[in-house]
Amino acid sequence: MSFFLTQTLTGLASASSLFLVAAGLTVIFGVTRVVNFAHGSLCMLGAFIGWSILTRLPRDPAWFALGVLATAAATALIGAALEIGLLRRIYRAPELFQLLATFGVVLVLADATLWLWGPNDLPLPRPPWLRQFVMIAGSRFPLFDLVLIAIGPLVLGGLLLVFHRTRWGVLVRAATQDRDMVAALGVDQRLLFTSVFALGAGLAGLGGVLALPAGSANLQIDLAVITEAFVIVVVGGLGSIGGAYLAAVLIGVLQAFGVVVLPGATLVLVFVVMAVVLVVRPYGLLGRDRGQSRTDAEAVILQRPAGPWQITAAGIGLALFLAAPLLVGPFGMAIATEMLVAMLFAASLHVMMGPGGMPSFGHAAWFGIGAYGAALLAQNLATPMPLALAGAPILAGLAAFAVGAFIVRLSGVYLAMLTLAFAQIVWAVAVQFVGLTGGDNGVLGVWPADPRGFYYVALALCVGGVLVLRRIMFSPFGFALRAGRDAPARAAASGIDMTAHRLAAFTLSGAAAGLAGAIFTYSKGSAFPTYISVSHSVDALIMVLLGGIGSLAGPIIGAIAYTGLFDLLLASDFWRARLGAVIIALVLFFPAGLAGWAERRR
Amino acid sequence: MTVLAVTGLQKRFGGVRAVDDVTFSIVAGEILALIGPNGAGKSTCFNLINGQIAPDHGTIHLHGRDITGLAPRQIARLGVGRSFQIAAGFASMTVRQNLQTAFAAHHRQSWRFWHDAMGAHIAEAEALLARVGLVAQADRAAGVLAYGDLKRLDLAIALAGAPGLLLMDEPGAGMALAERGALMRLVQKLAREDGMAVLFTEHDMAAVFAIADRVVVLNRGKILASGDPASVRADPLVQARYLGAGR
Repeated sequence: MSFFLTQTLTGLASASSLFLVAAGLTVIFGVTRVVNFAHGSLCMLGAFIGWSILTRLPRDPAWFALGVLATAAATALIGAALEIGLLRRIYRAPELFQLLATFGVVLVLADATLWLWGPNDLPLPRPPWLRQFVMIAGSRFPLFDLVLIAIGPLVLGGLLLVFHRTRWGVLVRAATQDRDMVAALGVDQRLLFTSVFALGAGLAGLGGVLALPAGSANLQIDLAVITEAFVIVVVGGLGSIGGAYLAAVLIGVLQAFGVVVLPGATLVLVFVVMAVVLVVRPYGLLGRDRGQSRTDAEAVILQRPAGPWQITAAGIGLALFLAAPLLVGPFGMAIATEMLVAMLFAASLHVMMGPGGMPSFGHAAWFGIGAYGAALLAQNLATPMPLALAGAPILAGLAAFAVGAFIVRLSGVYLAMLTLAFAQIVWAVAVQFVGLTGGDNGVLGVWPADPRGFYYVALALCVGGVLVLRRIMFSPFGFALRAGRDAPARAAASGIDMTAHRLAAFTLSGAAAGLAGAIFTYSKGSAFPTYISVSHSVDALIMVLLGGIGSLAGPIIGAIAYTGLFDLLLASDFWRARLGAVIIALVLFFPAGLAGWAERRR
Repeated sequence: MTVLAVTGLQKRFGGVRAVDDVTFSIVAGEILALIGPNGAGKSTCFNLINGQIAPDHGTIHLHGRDITGLAPRQIARLGVGRSFQIAAGFASMTVRQNLQTAFAAHHRQSWRFWHDAMGAHIAEAEALLARVGLVAQADRAAGVLAYGDLKRLDLAIALAGAPGLLLMDEPGAGMALAERGALMRLVQKLAREDGMAVLFTEHDMAAVFAIADRVVVLNRGKILASGDPASVRADPLVQARYLGAGR
């Protein structure tokens, strides 16, 4: 009995922290329709700022409370600055570009935090009152956890009160329903949006500082928190505060029991819960269908097969890659191989995002499954290279099929978030299952027998893979897929099974990414968790968006350009901040993408 | 030969009976217009038949087969075509490719991964383009068509499925008067030539009385009157409730 009680209480305490962050995210999304990737970073800033404030204050509860509020206010101010400086300028940009811009913010803030506070974890020295226990049902329970348990419902109540009893709150809810109507009523939208964003950021900061006593301020908070927050917001229903609390309790309690019952499998458990909820209620526990998100500008561009000019360019490119071993040294060869892999990786994402119409923020998951699949096949089962290279895309394809079966029905933002969440889980498995994957050390020593010969294997597989994808996109299947993206109801009325087509495209795309991952593993001789990191997923996104989503040529050019750019310019200290700045600049100055920009200049 | 038989159809939204005990049928080659004031239940009735929503009570039979509760895609597979109130084409394709895609779907070829989609169904597509008058637009992107042309493309995509029953939700909405008349005459011609049954909703009474063989008038979810256009027009109840005494 006491076991159940204490685990439930522990779960409720962590639910409060989860809720604070998720509530901010969901409020911001409800009004601005921006999925704020940087929300985890605001939480991380809350932890660091809170650490700096609290370590300078007298250590009694009253000063602690004051310090916590000051931290929340500080992060709210940072949030407001972020909204005014960046987000305000991109509300009209396509959804994916907004996500990308906020990811740029994640990168910049990560390096800014590293620069300001250094690389070490900063635990909060805990005064006696923070270490106190109370006796509950015969077992000791931390007092501060009880405080946390109370804070969740208090904040929920406060938010509901504000949203239902104040003029500002009513306007926010109205804007959540219909932005344009609120604007037509003469409400200053800019002030409304900025204040909502500040509120959300403040909540994130509050969540960050309140998590300090149980942990530390560290640089991993941003991505760890954003993944959990995404899951909670999706499970609760985008834009629903009550739903966020419900989902936080569900997942918090489940994790508390999961840690004891199934240690090491909690992340998988969370994903299973999410999958079950979304199958039963596709828009989350308390969410509602907000209708189709507006289609991106790129979607309506006429898709043409390559003309003679493009075929010539592709031929010259292929000739250069064929001759590369004669033209460049080992470093150049390494870059050439990376470019080839990036090409296939980006082309596979293009299939999902372009003709498939399914934005993915976690494409590295399939790449990683392929990479680790090949590496583990080679290491543990002594599988010869050809078989490992064949097995990797099958593994990745199967995984994509299994995940896709749950999520391909969902619309844009949900899909992007869930692919990201799944990628984070794959990443966590790669890091945590040390016995199998070697953890952060990776799987080493997976070399091809003949390195020079392998370059041509890589060339054949990458170029061949891209050509196969291209052929399929111009087959009746590809057209039916695109029909479903362009006009879902029209396609269904013509008898096209859009869900099945999307699932097939999702699987195909995952398999192709898995092949890219396997080739990469053999070219580097190893597989590392970084292959599955969020930033690797974003790499693929940038390649696709840089080149333009309208045709397969886009991601190929994007992959070559980006790989070259990255190796030349960005592999240095504070590369995250530089990359982030590049992304933000890209979104600010080319809000319709390079392809859209070129289209307009014509 | 009865193509569509709707019996005792009922759908509630909360306390509102949007469709209340509606019964009618259509035979091959017949054009039936479903009219009524806003909120009469036309669109609900329409969406019940095409499978977008499921009825609370009642049945829908197509060629004698019960299709109540099937999904839109399954109903499409049974030979029911539909055009949309807000016309939609596949914007990233040319007009011809739109039809090639529709023909491939009709011939159950949407799962071919290795054939060249643009080399298939060319003759069929050309013939249909000629029928709906879109030959000149064949190589233009559907995303840049004028709205009247898009309406015709929408209809052509529906026709590519060789439907035994065509459902049209306000086919004239958003079209210029002359274009509307041409489209309705085209539909009439197709119904006559192919023996296709047509069910459509429409606000434009001129279009309704010009081409409909039979008219069903809905009011507050119930059938107010039905019959041939002339008798419906003369019905005092219809005049009072819908057409207006002044007409």
